Amino acid sequence: MSTHTEHAENPKAEAIKYAITLVVLLILTAITVGASYINFGSGNIVIALAIATVKAIIVGLIFMHLLHDKPVNAIIAVAGFVFLGIFLMFDFIDVSSRTDPKPINYRPLPTATAPAAAGAPAAAAPAADQRKE
Amino acid sequence: MEQQFDTSKIGMWLFLVTEVLTFGGLFAGFGLMQNRYPQEFIAAHEELKRWAGATNTVVLLVSSFTAVMAVLAARTNQGKKCAKYLWITVGFAGIFMCIKAYEYATDFSEGLFPGKYYSHHGDLIAGSHGYATFFSFYFMMTGLHGLHVLIGMFLMGWLAIRAKRGDFSDKYYTPVDLVALFWHLVDMIWIYLFPLYYLIT
Repeated sequence: MSTHTEHAENPKAEAIKYAITLVVLLILTAITVGASYINFGSGNIVIALAIATVKAIIVGLIFMHLLHDKPVNAIIAVAGFVFLGIFLMFDFIDVSSRTDPKPINYRPLPTATAPAAAGAPAAAAPAADQRKE
Repeated sequence: MEQQFDTSKIGMWLFLVTEVLTFGGLFAGFGLMQNRYPQEFIAAHEELKRWAGATNTVVLLVSSFTAVMAVLAARTNQGKKCAKYLWITVGFAGIFMCIKAYEYATDFSEGLFPGKYYSHHGDLIAGSHGYATFFSFYFMMTGLHGLHVLIGMFLMGWLAIRAKRGDFSDKYYTPVDLVALFWHLVDMIWIYLFPLYYLIT
């Protein structure tokens, strides 16, 4: 009966590795909060999600031991995220391929003057045309 | 024993994948609704306290570190140290829940309820469903995440008592390892919740 202490020969080195990982994660958190105060336009969400993904990968590899663990666990984890990715991808392909992305009850901001009564019949006509196609 | 440990771990990972997919569905819904109500979602997220979200992120990251230290202690036959780290992790989880409870309390006092109970005044676009939708998703996702935190606290408290009793050693530390995996997943989900809810612009 063997013990499963593949990489626990040096607990001190392990502890230091975990501490460094924690510091890196905290720095990334600071970066993501800082970046949210700067306006990159649509780049903000990309930066925030990219940093979040880097953090999640670090947590997975080091804290969840995927780096040194048996590969089968990593395969299960990666498969989960791949299928989630496929699911999200088709969702957003669907949304982005709509011809009219505006919802039925779309309201412009109050600063823009919208002649709602006059615009409604005109807007309804093309919508009806699309439905016929 | 080795094989039992590996099998338990595979089972845990399969469970974690189902958790990822559960939250993935909610994230997809959130993304679709943000696409439908872009202005409302950006306006609504200003109601959330960014400092609270950031503090909670730090709290959860540190608790993840103490959880992995508990596994290391269990693996190296230090039952008392393992129990200590597990209690510290429970403590951090408690801080997280306190901050969350404070956030919920202030949200409710401002009328920021989910769905049809939404009664906040002074929104940019009066009468839009977008705000209520945002808070429906916010309370659903952070609430489900908070439930996971509570379950994690309960499990780690139980393990801390067992660790102090000397149940775990380098030959058997499966429960500590698996609960720590669960805890890291809870942390990982928050890593995504935080930027999507508190930082979108």
